Amino acid sequence: MSFLSWLILLPIIGIVGILFVHRDRTQLVRVIATIVTGIELVLTIVLMTRFSLVESGMQFVEHVFWIPQLGVYYHVGIDGISLIMLLTTTLLSFLACIASFGIKERVKEYFVLYLLLVMGMIGTFVSLDLFLFYIFWEVVLVPMYFLIGIWGGERKEYAAIKFFLYTLFGSLFMLVGILALYLTNTPHTFDMLALAQANANYSLHFQQIIFLALFLGFAIKVPIWPFHTWLPDAHVEAPTPISVILAGVLLKMGTYGFFRIAYPIVPQGAHWFAPALAVLAVIGIVYGGFVAFAQTDFKKMVAYSSVSHMGFVLLGLSVFTSTGFHGALLQMFTHGLITGCLFLLVGVLYDRAHTRDMDAFGGLWAKLPVYGSILIFCSMASLGLPSLAGFVSEFMVLLGSFPVYRWITVISCIGILLAAAYLLYMIQRVLLGKQNPKWAQLKDISAREIFTLAPLMILILLVGIYPKIVLQLMTPTLEALIRSVGGTLL
Amino acid sequence: MVDILKIALIPGLPLISFVVLTFFGRKLKRKSAWVAISASIGSCALSFCQILPVTSGATTHITFPWLVINQVPIEFGALIDPLAAMMLFVVTFVGSLIVIYSTGYMHDDPRFPKFFAYLSLFLFSMLGLVISPTLVQIYLFWELVGLSSYFLIGFWFEKYSAAQAGRKAFITNRIGDIGFFLGIMTFFYATKTVRFVDINPALAHTYAGSFAVGVASLLLFCGAIGKSAQFPLHVWLPDAMEGPTPVSALIHAATMVAAGIYLVARLFPLFQVFPDASQVVAIIGTITAFGAAFFALTQWDIKKVLAYSTISQLGFMVTALGVGGFSAGTFHLMTHAFFKALLFLGAGSVIHGSSVQDMREMGGLKKEMPVTFWTFVVATFAIAGFPPLAGFWSKDEILLAAFEHHHLVIFWTLALTTMMTSFYMFRLLFLTFFGAKRNKHHAHESPVSMTAPLIVLAFGSAVIGLPGSPLMHHWFQGFLSSGHHEEIHMNGFVVSISVASAAIGLALATWFYLIQPGLSKKLAEKNWLLYSASQHKLWFDEFYDATAIRAFKTSSKKLLDFDAAVVDGAVNQTGIQTVNMSRIKNWIDRYIVDGFVNFTGWFVSTVSGIGRLIQTGFIHNYLLFVLLGLLIILYAAL
Repeated sequence: MSFLSWLILLPIIGIVGILFVHRDRTQLVRVIATIVTGIELVLTIVLMTRFSLVESGMQFVEHVFWIPQLGVYYHVGIDGISLIMLLTTTLLSFLACIASFGIKERVKEYFVLYLLLVMGMIGTFVSLDLFLFYIFWEVVLVPMYFLIGIWGGERKEYAAIKFFLYTLFGSLFMLVGILALYLTNTPHTFDMLALAQANANYSLHFQQIIFLALFLGFAIKVPIWPFHTWLPDAHVEAPTPISVILAGVLLKMGTYGFFRIAYPIVPQGAHWFAPALAVLAVIGIVYGGFVAFAQTDFKKMVAYSSVSHMGFVLLGLSVFTSTGFHGALLQMFTHGLITGCLFLLVGVLYDRAHTRDMDAFGGLWAKLPVYGSILIFCSMASLGLPSLAGFVSEFMVLLGSFPVYRWITVISCIGILLAAAYLLYMIQRVLLGKQNPKWAQLKDISAREIFTLAPLMILILLVGIYPKIVLQLMTPTLEALIRSVGGTLL
Repeated sequence: MVDILKIALIPGLPLISFVVLTFFGRKLKRKSAWVAISASIGSCALSFCQILPVTSGATTHITFPWLVINQVPIEFGALIDPLAAMMLFVVTFVGSLIVIYSTGYMHDDPRFPKFFAYLSLFLFSMLGLVISPTLVQIYLFWELVGLSSYFLIGFWFEKYSAAQAGRKAFITNRIGDIGFFLGIMTFFYATKTVRFVDINPALAHTYAGSFAVGVASLLLFCGAIGKSAQFPLHVWLPDAMEGPTPVSALIHAATMVAAGIYLVARLFPLFQVFPDASQVVAIIGTITAFGAAFFALTQWDIKKVLAYSTISQLGFMVTALGVGGFSAGTFHLMTHAFFKALLFLGAGSVIHGSSVQDMREMGGLKKEMPVTFWTFVVATFAIAGFPPLAGFWSKDEILLAAFEHHHLVIFWTLALTTMMTSFYMFRLLFLTFFGAKRNKHHAHESPVSMTAPLIVLAFGSAVIGLPGSPLMHHWFQGFLSSGHHEEIHMNGFVVSISVASAAIGLALATWFYLIQPGLSKKLAEKNWLLYSASQHKLWFDEFYDATAIRAFKTSSKKLLDFDAAVVDGAVNQTGIQTVNMSRIKNWIDRYIVDGFVNFTGWFVSTVSGIGRLIQTGFIHNYLLFVLLGLLIILYAAL
């Protein structure tokens, strides 16, 4: 058994291990979960060192018969796209696991569900068989539902049910699309690569319908405007580490679906809908920014900023240029890092002050200098300050979309202005101004909290200064994708 | 390799200082200043090592690929040509003096190390900007410069107005930067390059017919409008005076705001082939120069006067570049850096020594602060444009450029502005240092760490113009425009207009503020509309608040409501309707479907219940029924 199967299996081993531990030994439970996610991260890094930077196809492939009667395979493998997402997943899983030490209730159940979630996410990003993909996709939903519904905030039931039903609603359309693909092909197959290879056989009309079905599934996950309203609710109610996973990894499953399934298998359908995607993207960018500006809840503001930033991913996807695709995939990575940081920082403040109302704070920078500086650093990354990661990806997206959709790109630039507006407004309300005496007892950020943030911040800086370290992982794959879907290598 | 390292350390040393002070500032405390000072002096020394070879004609151009877009590498690196050399000189030299000055000015501040960390961050960003060989690198450092400016304006962030001003500066600049960003993209796709060496006179001619490049040049100019506080984005700079005074001197007068001029100078060949674009540049510059001077006439805050004066002088530079005076604009950039830094540091010294900022409360500081006073006099004469001080040579050349390129409206507007400049500067000088003392505070001269930089800058303000004067055969212009071949010769008419304007301004100020002190008040009451237009800066801030900012806030609120009511409303309604539907189905199920089943049961049991009544099991009942039946039969038969 090789790397990818171990990655999927390890969380299950961890779950079994935790099940054998007595529920009062919470420290041991935490240690097991941390070790498991830590090994996952190490494995991913080893995987990266062995990953060939010249091959465009799948690597580390495992292909085993699973349900022969249905033509279902256990087929996993990774290319540049999966690798980036795998890295995001394992890195954030590890850090969010450490951030989960703050969870005090029903620790054992929490970490069992958490590891199940990790397994589902990893499985989603390595599956090459639609049947397998769908299973992992749905597996993610269940632990997420409980993690929000049990460990969440005041309106946790509402948020959890909304998240679950909304996403499930989308997945059903996706399932119909998958089944249609399966039945159309002879011999019937769920194999993504085989389906992509046969895409010339599908009529345009068929491709359009399939794309639409898949789109609904992915769009709700991303979430693309106007399917985004589950996100702020889920984020506000979810515990901090789960928000991090939600924003950093789960949303990317949607855009990953476009890269992995919709584009290669129904490229003509995708082309046909591309202008519509671009329009939805720019609406999301501008709309998300405006609504983020109007928020008083810190976490909700970050959630809406996600809607805006994920709009850039969609914009990059919609242009069918190499630069746009690079930008979109890089934005998936950098948004994971940056928003992960921001949610962790919201959590740090919430744990101490038990409120997320930005107007309730003020002048905290004088009281919490380290926290303040980190928050400003991450906000700057989020508003696209050059030399930090967010700039590079948004720059590439806009540069890639400019020759294709000129005016949409121009309007999207407003999103950059909006980001500065809502983030600086947040900084002003939380950190600057007169100190509110109510928070005189607040303690600065702890070493453990810094430990969860530091790796992300280092990566934000590193990618911002020298983006090639990440871009080189994706270039062969994306250029091959561009060639196969008929885009331009601009 | 050593050469690359030497160049890299020019911005590198301040960066190291920033990192050290960020992490160890609280431990270093007062020693922080030494870290920052040695870094800035170090990079000043290294800059001189680079500038010297440039004066003898060598140009350094080093690039590394950073990203590859569309098969075109986007590079980082360094370009040190005469223009960059001049900027390096200004930034490191003036910068070092201001860092030294700050040790005195910020002496008692609780966040002393942080201040020097930010100053170092600023120097790093500014120097990275100066040596940029590509549009992308200059954009990157452009934004970083904006960031350090944000930190430094809002340095005393407990003060609401300071925090607000920092945000205003950042956002206003970002508006210009979006234009800049779009300009880079347009330019890149039209020409397939972002290198500055490709923007030279020879290549620029090949772009002449391209509409896209023309648009790009105007979009790129938007960046300069923001950073150099040109009309209509000038509103952030006066507010930026909320920052500590050394910051105002370094960033918001001498160096950062000149970055916009620097950018236009870098793109100068491009504007040369697009006369329409140049026209726009010249007009914006002239409006700014005149408008800001008009606002400066009536301000009472000493720093506000200087802020508007900065905007006005930047307008002069932009105009110069717009009318084709490359060396005139850049020359003024350099001389202005010296005398404006001196003016701000002098104002800082006044504020430090007298603890007031409003000129109505000053007066008579001449005796108490002699060093500040005399250096301030030099600076005032320099900015007003009296020969042979620095400002005269460069300002004269701007007027000359406008005159020779037949922009007569611009020429006369600038001449008028020169007069106004002279007037408001002497007004400031007289109100501050002359006359009777108008407050009770005891003023004192500032410490040596503050006065020494003043003296050095005063010396600079006096002589820095000479390399560009006929006395040195316009050496500076020849050095700068080695590629442009501008013929410089003095024009007697222009010189006399320039000197006359300055002299009239001086005379008026003397009349109004020394000889007949009450006159200005009467005049203001008589022309109250004009006066309040100047006092309120033509209500620009109020106008923006009422239109753009209000529209922004309203749409943000409206979209939030829309999101909750319509987008999320639809989702929730779907949920609620589904639940309602289930309720109805539940009712149907219970009362109709299940009701029918139950009814059947009920019916059968009721009917059989009735039938059962007959089956009583008593024999006499049955006999009674038999008898009754018999009677009925008999009755029927009969």
